[in-house]
Amino acid sequence: MEYILILISAIFVSNIVLSQFLGICPFLGVSGKVSTSIGMGAAVLFVMTIATMVTWLIQNYILVPFRITFLQTIFFILVIAALVQMVELILKKVSPPLYQALGIYLPLITTNCAVLGIAIQTVAKDFALLPGVVFAIANALGFSLAMIIFAGIREHLVLMKVPAGMKGVPIALVTAGILAMAFMGFSGLVK
Amino acid sequence: MNQVANLTKGLLKENPVFVLLLGMCPTLGVTSSAANGLGMGLATTFVLVGSNVVVSLVKNQIPDKVRIPAFVVIIAAFVTIVELSMQAFVPALFDSLGLFIPLIVVNCIVLGRAEGFASKNSAFSSALDGLGMGLGFALALTILGTVREFLGNGSFFGMKFIQGDGILIFVLAPGAFIVLGYLIALINKLRKTA
Repeated sequence: MEYILILISAIFVSNIVLSQFLGICPFLGVSGKVSTSIGMGAAVLFVMTIATMVTWLIQNYILVPFRITFLQTIFFILVIAALVQMVELILKKVSPPLYQALGIYLPLITTNCAVLGIAIQTVAKDFALLPGVVFAIANALGFSLAMIIFAGIREHLVLMKVPAGMKGVPIALVTAGILAMAFMGFSGLVK
Repeated sequence: MNQVANLTKGLLKENPVFVLLLGMCPTLGVTSSAANGLGMGLATTFVLVGSNVVVSLVKNQIPDKVRIPAFVVIIAAFVTIVELSMQAFVPALFDSLGLFIPLIVVNCIVLGRAEGFASKNSAFSSALDGLGMGLGFALALTILGTVREFLGNGSFFGMKFIQGDGILIFVLAPGAFIVLGYLIALINKLRKTA
């Protein structure tokens, strides 16, 4: 039950993109097509789950026992950057098809604030390891969901008559605003 | 003349938020009030100036292959300085900015300037570039925060001048996207006519 609550609240109620504003750069940048946004979503799911697991272990077995939690930011970003590189290398060797599918998105993820944001939040919320990982997966799913819906809307937006001044980014932002408003309908679902 | 251009280009011509569309997460996330926007902008400015200067000083010592991780460590060090000082001296602001302070480290503007400008230019030009870009970022966040606070709360930097509530949606998440969309449209229009 606890896990289901975590899933629903992270995917719908406090959606990582539309209500917490994390991962906006890829949300606006690679959401032109549904197919690319599915690829990006899968890459984020992959990295975010592993990164949260590793940073949780580092926080609880290195930073806390040695009382150097103030170095959290430096440690986490380095670990995430190294991890992304490592995942890229391993995928290339072990599963070339998966690498082909996710490859171009992986380097972009290092500067995706969603991954670092969720790693910090998992630690700040005092999750145990397993609920923490579920929290990360749920947030990655929320990210993918928001991104795929948004990409679907943008594919149609291209065909619409938009006032000249609003073309491109402005209309995309207003659309995202309305999408965020729709997601506000979920608030109050989980206390 | 060139140095003046380094300082002023970030304010309008290459404004990181309105023109380059970088650093969107903090832009949307913390601007529910003008004071939060300004605080976030100044914190980022400090990190930008500091990391730009250090990067341009050590640029010849860092091997090309590991430059990005090295830059990230330098940036993370300055972010930690900001984090700890804000926690000590302005705890209220620190609490309301919350998660977005450590996230300065993954702000594309900071790494973008380190890689795109400081790694090729002198320390002095890099400091001016960082200051200009930082102030441009702070300006954009303050404008966005002011508009949202004005519409959503009827106040300006916390000073209330309209009785009753504002249009609540503007201080909530959707308002951030919508106000920024219209601001960018407005600024595109102004840049075209200017």
